[in-house]
Amino acid sequence: MSFYGLVDGSDSSLRNYLKQLPGVDQVGAEARAAMLATRSIKTTSKAWAIDTAISMVDLTTLEGADTPGKVQALCSKAFRPDPNDLTVPRVGAVCVYNDMVGIARQHLDSIGAHDLPVAAVSTAFPSGRASMAVKLQDTEDAIIAGAAEIDMVIDRGAFLSGRLIEVFEEIVAIREVCRDRAHLKVILETGELVTLDNVRKASYLAMLAGADFIKTSTGKVAPAATAPVVLVMLEAVRDFYDLTKVRIGVKPAGGIRTTKDAIKQLVLVNETAGPEWLNPSLFRIGASALLNDLLMQRMKMSDGYYASPNYVTID
Amino acid sequence: MSGRLEVMKTYKLYINGAFPRTESGRSFEITSNKGEFLANACLASRKDLRDAVVAARTAQPGWAKATAFNRGQIMYRIAEMLEGRSDQFAQEISLQTGTSAKESLQEVSDSVDLLVWYAGWSDKLPSLAGSTNPVSGPFYNFTVPEALGVVGAIATIDKPLLGFVAAVAPILVSGNTAVALASSTAPLSAISFAEVVATSDLPHGVLNILSGQQSELAPWFASHMDIDGLDISGLPIDQHGAIKEAGVENLKRISTFTELNEPGRILAFMEAKTVWHPIGN
Repeated sequence: MSFYGLVDGSDSSLRNYLKQLPGVDQVGAEARAAMLATRSIKTTSKAWAIDTAISMVDLTTLEGADTPGKVQALCSKAFRPDPNDLTVPRVGAVCVYNDMVGIARQHLDSIGAHDLPVAAVSTAFPSGRASMAVKLQDTEDAIIAGAAEIDMVIDRGAFLSGRLIEVFEEIVAIREVCRDRAHLKVILETGELVTLDNVRKASYLAMLAGADFIKTSTGKVAPAATAPVVLVMLEAVRDFYDLTKVRIGVKPAGGIRTTKDAIKQLVLVNETAGPEWLNPSLFRIGASALLNDLLMQRMKMSDGYYASPNYVTID
Repeated sequence: MSGRLEVMKTYKLYINGAFPRTESGRSFEITSNKGEFLANACLASRKDLRDAVVAARTAQPGWAKATAFNRGQIMYRIAEMLEGRSDQFAQEISLQTGTSAKESLQEVSDSVDLLVWYAGWSDKLPSLAGSTNPVSGPFYNFTVPEALGVVGAIATIDKPLLGFVAAVAPILVSGNTAVALASSTAPLSAISFAEVVATSDLPHGVLNILSGQQSELAPWFASHMDIDGLDISGLPIDQHGAIKEAGVENLKRISTFTELNEPGRILAFMEAKTVWHPIGN
């Protein structure tokens, strides 16, 4: 494998490559993210942003209490977010645990949502603490059951103790399982990476190893998708594109609950990576409660009065 | 140096237990009945209303779940705190309306008494408005009154404090949460009332108070789908039709009242739940 011609797959080349990355100016990143969050998006721009955000949502349920019924309801909602308004776009994907992939795929097909992808969280999500054989099998299972996108977690313990090549080889191995059958999203779990420098390093590591998307968090650890973290990851995909002419996607997940939060993310994307990334194929938002808030804001814009949570579905 | 520079209070909104400025950044001058400048107050926007409703909706299940005894105690606590600040409230009433110090103090005492009167209703409502119903089957059949949800209040303004208390106390006592609009001509009493509430163990978000223009905000109160009831006693009668029309979409209960102390004020914002329970041996 060539790894974009930037590393040769050996420990030393990976180490040297990540070492030469410039450090992140943490104060500067926080200030820039805070500044971009003050942008005011109104009227037609807001309407566009809401619809764009809906089309980027990876509608997610990752609970121990998930049932087939809940997953099916979620799939129906993903396809027709507001049954009273067919102009609402469908979401980007449905994101479920591995054993629910088949149920989700079957239900989506049965309602005619053949091109709505199912994403599976894989590789012993959310901790990633399992043997490699289990992780590979986990991924294979999900793809066979119909997952078109694999959200894998990295081994944060290995990353933080400096065993970078282990993390790298793990991603490469999962990449090989996915081949052209499934998109690979690599979850960095930035809440456990401590510094923005680590976020930048992990982003490059994942991109070099063959990630199609880099994703902030599992949603099980706080803080999750904070603005500075997303900013650093967007800078990474932008700079990686300059180096390789390959566009890698970004998926913030966790803690994005309101329309305002979502629109702030879109502003970050537009101002950092560029408008090419304002597309569900390159930017997704992992969320569950967010969709209802987007729908309520959309109702407010079309009806002219404030909406109530009583008029959107609970799950 | 001659004399001391007076530290003037900025009157802010009361949303979710905090005192934020309006998101719109607007303010208006409150003047005395003689036209002298008294203070600056926030001119709330529809977005402040939206935020207040979110706070009220979040707080509602917890407040309704509190025991009737507990709700009554907290209402009584509000009365205690108000009593202790009688002088401040009396002074504000005199400044705004021009009534004598004695009349203003009387209005404060009346408000305290009214709070206590409504506080006492908390555990008596089921007896007043509930019933056991005879049914043809082996069932106990009860009807119990329950809180409606989030209720808006636009209080009368001729007696700024008393009118405000008469509007919010009956809404809160049954387990509703409230978003109240202070009058734009004499808002000091309502806004200062927030300081009393903030020190009375009332959970955050149960009572939210906005100061602003009735004409601007009343239509947003009426059309908001997440407000379940609305007291429009303080609105001019010629606007009632339009407000009721705007509230139709979510079948909002819109009422006006004339009496200060009537259980009907409480029951207007409650609904009946009927429970069937099998009779054992």
